[in-house]
Formats: sequence, structure tokens, C-alpha cells
Amino acid sequence: MNILWLQSGGCGGCTMSLLCAENPNIVDTLADAGIRFLWHPALSIETGQEARALLEAVEVGETPLDILCVEGALLTGPKGTGRFHMLSGTGRPMLDWARALASRARHVMAVGTCAAYGGIPAAGGNPAGAVGLHYDGSHTGGALAADFRDKAGLPVINVAGCPTHPDWVTETLMLLAAGALSATDLDRFGRPRFYADHLVHHGCPKNEFYEYKASARELSELGCMMEHLGCVGTQAMGDCNIRPWNGQGSCTRGGYPCIACTSPEFEEPNHPFTETPKIAGIPIGLPSDMPKAWFMALASLSKAATPKRVGTNAISDRVRIPPGAKERK
Amino acid sequence: MTTLISGPFNRVEGDLEIRLEVADGQVKEAFANSPLYRGFEPMLLGKAPRDALTITPRICGICSISQSAAAAFALASASGAEMPEQGALVAAILHAAENLADHVTHFGLFFMPDFARPVYEDRPWHHRAVEHFTAMEGSGTRRLIEARAQLLHIVGQLGGKWPHTLAIQPGGVTKTPTASDKVRLRATLRSFRRYLETELIGGPLEDFLELSDAQTLESWGRGHAGLFFEIASDLGLETLGIGPRRYLSSGAYPLTAGRVTRAGIWRNGAGQTFKPEEIVEDLSHAWMLGESSHPAQGQTVPDEDMASPAYSWCKAPRLSGETMEVGALARQVIDGHPLALALADEGSVRARVAGRLLEIARTQIWLENWVDALAPEAVFMYPDPKPENGAGEAFVEAARGTLGHWTRFNAGEITGYQIIAPTTWNFSPRDKGGVPGPVEAALQGAPVRPGETTPIAVQHIVRSFDPCMVCTVH
Repeated sequence: MNILWLQSGGCGGCTMSLLCAENPNIVDTLADAGIRFLWHPALSIETGQEARALLEAVEVGETPLDILCVEGALLTGPKGTGRFHMLSGTGRPMLDWARALASRARHVMAVGTCAAYGGIPAAGGNPAGAVGLHYDGSHTGGALAADFRDKAGLPVINVAGCPTHPDWVTETLMLLAAGALSATDLDRFGRPRFYADHLVHHGCPKNEFYEYKASARELSELGCMMEHLGCVGTQAMGDCNIRPWNGQGSCTRGGYPCIACTSPEFEEPNHPFTETPKIAGIPIGLPSDMPKAWFMALASLSKAATPKRVGTNAISDRVRIPPGAKERK
Repeated sequence: MTTLISGPFNRVEGDLEIRLEVADGQVKEAFANSPLYRGFEPMLLGKAPRDALTITPRICGICSISQSAAAAFALASASGAEMPEQGALVAAILHAAENLADHVTHFGLFFMPDFARPVYEDRPWHHRAVEHFTAMEGSGTRRLIEARAQLLHIVGQLGGKWPHTLAIQPGGVTKTPTASDKVRLRATLRSFRRYLETELIGGPLEDFLELSDAQTLESWGRGHAGLFFEIASDLGLETLGIGPRRYLSSGAYPLTAGRVTRAGIWRNGAGQTFKPEEIVEDLSHAWMLGESSHPAQGQTVPDEDMASPAYSWCKAPRLSGETMEVGALARQVIDGHPLALALADEGSVRARVAGRLLEIARTQIWLENWVDALAPEAVFMYPDPKPENGAGEAFVEAARGTLGHWTRFNAGEITGYQIIAPTTWNFSPRDKGGVPGPVEAALQGAPVRPGETTPIAVQHIVRSFDPCMVCTVH
């Protein structure tokens, strides 16, 4: 199975993250699954005319293409021309190339939230007209039409994340190579459910603080970051705290909030990223599938029942009171 | 005169197109086009000052922590925030881990594969280049990718993830390391040193740092570094791609006791003071509207008609009117390492790569020392003052060179944000005087073999700068 990878209006970070794949390394993971790059802008030898020839052969149908991976948003500006990103050496906007090549590919993968939904480049008034391949924010119809389906009948597979976890990408590719990814394996925004059926909250090391609404007031404190620091891990899709990043990390393990980077329009939360908006002191945006009144009732009960250990540690930068005080007697 | 358009110019970070005017078997003129504009600076206007900490790292997936650190220090310069000593130390560890990973990525994945091309089939070292550095297949490539992934566990451990961590804040770092973190970090670093000493550098790092001139460098003879020096001598890379030989560094890693490497400029063979107020961004050949200005007053308004004579989205920064080269070589020259000083005047493809190898060895040793100095009982972050009004500037040293951020904000909203990235310096277009940017000048005179469309010499020169095009325009 071959992959053609294009980098559009993004930061290249999803490729950089992909190179962090381990056990085995990215080269062996893909080769062992029978997957090879036809061309990748950061990794392949071919440059200039050699690379153009590869792209042209796919476009005219001479070289069959199994998977088109696009990383980065597609830029439609200025004035709908796509000229904010010309694919260098070709005199054609990347927007054109992506559309032409997508029609030739057996499967199309958007790698990262930019390629999926527009992502960060769509923030702040969207100065370059960034859209995703198949979505413009949370609406279908981006660079490709809303009714786009690949040759196997799948929509664009949105491996969203900013960046993507290397395993999300490699496992999606391996599932495709194994013929084991169907439309029902994707969620309502086209994300593979193997990681999007989890919440970032699942496995978060701050879970006990959350249980008691024992909140951190400042970054670096150990407590839950939902109440004051903008964390939306209870609503964000991703297995970030089940499957660690770079050995043992995750955003909340690193001491900063989840900003729902796998979600459409995460780039415009309508409040500062690290600050929870509140109405009358009550955070808006509570867990979406729980009645608000129940949440408030449980929260006030659990707050009242907070053990001294949990309350003290929540507003400290390290564990001040260890668990198991009784054990020591 | 023949025109060659080289693009997509790959194995650089981001998008690059190089136009060459060729005659008599050599490049007469070169034009570097950064063909991607996303508009990060206008995007930040109206947002909360702290949102820059989340948004600017996403300018670049390979220099992400550099952007993050620059944003944090710029905010700190506006608010008067200071990092506790140990917080600054962890910020430096995070940043150095990224820089070290970037240097090895450049060497093994971006730069060396060109020597495995068939054009060099007749060279005595070619089979070794093929074995170690064939793109995505070489034995050296595999080991390098594994070692790099493990090195970045440092960021997973202290910063949650790489790229795009939010761990570095104006008041310090968000995660307080423990004593067990410290020993784990040591273990990770010991493992990376083993990789460097058995493969990439090929011998004790301390011995490598004793190299002091071109002669001792040529006799190193070990590891992938030795293979490169052998190739460089055979191909004459010491005379290829000569830069302006004016260097700029803002000084790497601001610790409480001061920056770890010296800040300054190097001009006419001597060190001088770096005066940031002498920076002007020239817009004459950029698809940008407005006047040339210092970044503290700068703005970013794209010319949607992309009118001539502009040919790039990249602005052209100049320091007192002159182009400057930034990067590992520049940093090491300004810091006064004997080997870098010996190569300063050479200013070539070889010198740039040697500067990076030198810095790989030095960065590994810095990291080891900083981890030893970690004091888990200390404070790592102070509360952030979060003022509503202010203006600030900061410089950090990304792997590819000097990165500057300028922020200004009023009533809790950003009113101006300007960034000059390392490759903005190195790959700038011409200025109003028609003076080409550093890579454009370095390409003049590059040999072009019959039938070449992207001349191999041009590839070596361009990649020797390790351009990061996504940072360049942002």
C-alpha cells in the first residue's frame, strides 16, 4: 500500500510527532505492515522535478494511489484563489492539487486538526481562509464537497489532534492496510473511534481532584483545571491519558489544561485558552451529557466532602499530604 | 541564461521554492520564495496576551518549544514576570531537548540523504552513505529516529508532549519535577549519549569538542560525523555556499545567572554588541503592504494581488542595513568555540554542518549538567501577574538561530504581535537596495552540472542552512 503525503497550511508538527512512533520505530512499523511512502515532503529523497513527476503521475492516473495523507489546512485565500499556498515549483495552489489528487486516491486521510477542520490557522478571523479537507470547522464541505466519498465509500478519515499522536496515525494506516476500517469505525466528525470514543478525562491523573472539585487556581498546582484554568478534558475526544505521549506525558500530566485539540473549532474557544469562563461564578461548558442541576448538586456535595489531603494538594505544586495516613499507625 | 525553478524543495521544514538564473555552468542569481502565508500575526490581534502561549508554538511543529519560550519571555518582559531559578532551568532543559532533536533530525533525515544519490556513485564513500543514509531506509536513519524519539521523552516527562507543549509560562514551568523524574531524565540522557558516541559523533563528546581547526576536524575520522567530514573534503564543501560571514546570536538559554552562550554579532572577523533596535524588516520584495519598520512597530498586511517585484511572503530583516546569518554556526562563533572561530571565515556548507555537530555535543553536555542541577524541593513557578496593558520583546535561540517575538497589548487584548524567525533572516528576499538574502547570496556561483534541474550543489547549500519555512513567514 502506498501513501502520498502533502503538507499544506500547517506547521509540520504531525509529521514531527509521527517520527516519535515507538516499538517499533516509524520506518519499521509502516514497512512491516506493507505500507510505503510514494513521497513524503520531509522524508523522501525526491526533490523538485523528481517530486513533480511523482505527483503528475498520480494525477493522470499512471501511478495508482492507495492513501492520500494531507497535513495542514487548505488555504482558500486570497479572494478564493488559494494563492496563499502555492505548491512550490508547480505554479498551482495546493488547494487544486489536493482536490485533484483526492479524486485519485483509494482513501483520503486528514492528518491533524488543520487538515481535518481548519484548526489553528482558522483562528482570529481566519486570515488565510483556512479550511479542512472535508470540513470547514464543524460543517461538512471544506476543500472537498460535503458528499465526497473515496473509492471505498468512506468519507475523509479525520485523524484530528494538534498534533496527532503518532499511534493514531499509524494505527489508522494499519487498519486501512488490513481492510479493517469501515464507516462505522468513524465518529460523527470522521475521527477514528478507536481513540475518539475516549475522553481526555479518562485516565487523567487529576481524576481524584475532579471527583471533589478540588481545583487548581494557578498553573503548576496539582488540582483539577476544569473550574478555573480552562480544561475541557471532560468533553474532549482522545485517549491522551490512556495512551501516553512521548513516553509518559499528556497535557494534563504536564500540568496544563486540555484545549480539546481534536475538536472542530477548538481554535476559537471564545475565552482565553487557560481561563474557564463563568457565569455567576459557575463554569459554563460543564460535561455535556450530564444534567446541569445534577452536576451542580453533586459538585457542591463533593466539595463539602473534600478530604483535607485532596484540598491541600490541589492548591500546591507537589503532594503535601500523602495518601494512606492511617497506614502509618 | 536559463531559469530553473526548484520546487517542491523537500527535506526542509515547510515549503520552499528556489528560482535560479543559470549561465556558464553556474548559478548567477538565486531567488528564495516562501510560498505559504497563514497570517499568525494578524490572527493574534484582539486575543488575550496569554493566548500567544497556545497559538505561537503552532506556527511550527519542529521549533515549537522555541516559539513557546519566545512567547513566554516576551510576555514576561511586558509584565515584569520572572521565572524562579529552577523554573528557568526546566525551561532550558525542555528547549535544549528540542534543539538537540532538531539538529540530529536535520543531519540524518534532511541533509545526509543527498550523498546517497546515484550522482555520487563513483565516490569512494558512496556505499557507506547509501548504507547509513538512504532516505527512510538507511541503518543510520533507523537508529537516529529511535534515539530521537527516546530523547523527546524528556519533553513528555517535563512538558507533557512534543510538539506543542504549554509547560513554559512567563512565571516558570507548569510541572514540578520529582527526584524520580531526575534520575529518569539522567537515564534518558545517558542513553542518548551512547547513541551519539557510538554512532553520530563516533567518540567521546569531550574529545570532539577539543577539535580546534579544519585540520583536526578532517582527521576526526569517526562516526557519521567523520563520514561527513570525509565527504566534505572530497567534494570541496569547505568552499561551497559561502554566507555573508556576518553572524548574529541573541545568546542561547536564558538562565537566572545569564545566558548560556554569548549574545552578539560577528562582523569583519570580530565580535560586537547586538543592538536589537537596529533591526528593520524591509518589505520591498515581500508580498506585504506598509512601510519597512522595526518589529516593535511592525504590522503584517499581505498584498493579496502578490504584485511584483515582490516574490516571497517573507519579509527581509536587516541589522543596521545588513543581512545576517543565524544558526548553530553563528551561535558557536559568537560564543567563541575555537573550532567555530576557525570556521567563521570559511562560512561554507561544511562550516554550517560542523557548527551543528559541535552544538550537538555541547547541548548534550549542557543537558546533563542541568539535570544534575535540578532541585526537586525548589519552586518552579511564580504566579503570573497578567497585566492588561504592556509591551515586550524577547529573543531565544531556536535550533536554526535567533527567534524574536514582539508583543503589545491594551485593555487585555493584543494590539500588535511581530515575529522574526531564524529562517526569516537566512532566507529573506532582496531588500530595497537589491541586496540578496543570505541563502540567495550563498547560492551565487554554485556549480550546475549538465541536465540538472535542481542542482545537487544547490541542494547541499540550501539544506546546510537547515531552513524552517513554516517559521519563516508564519
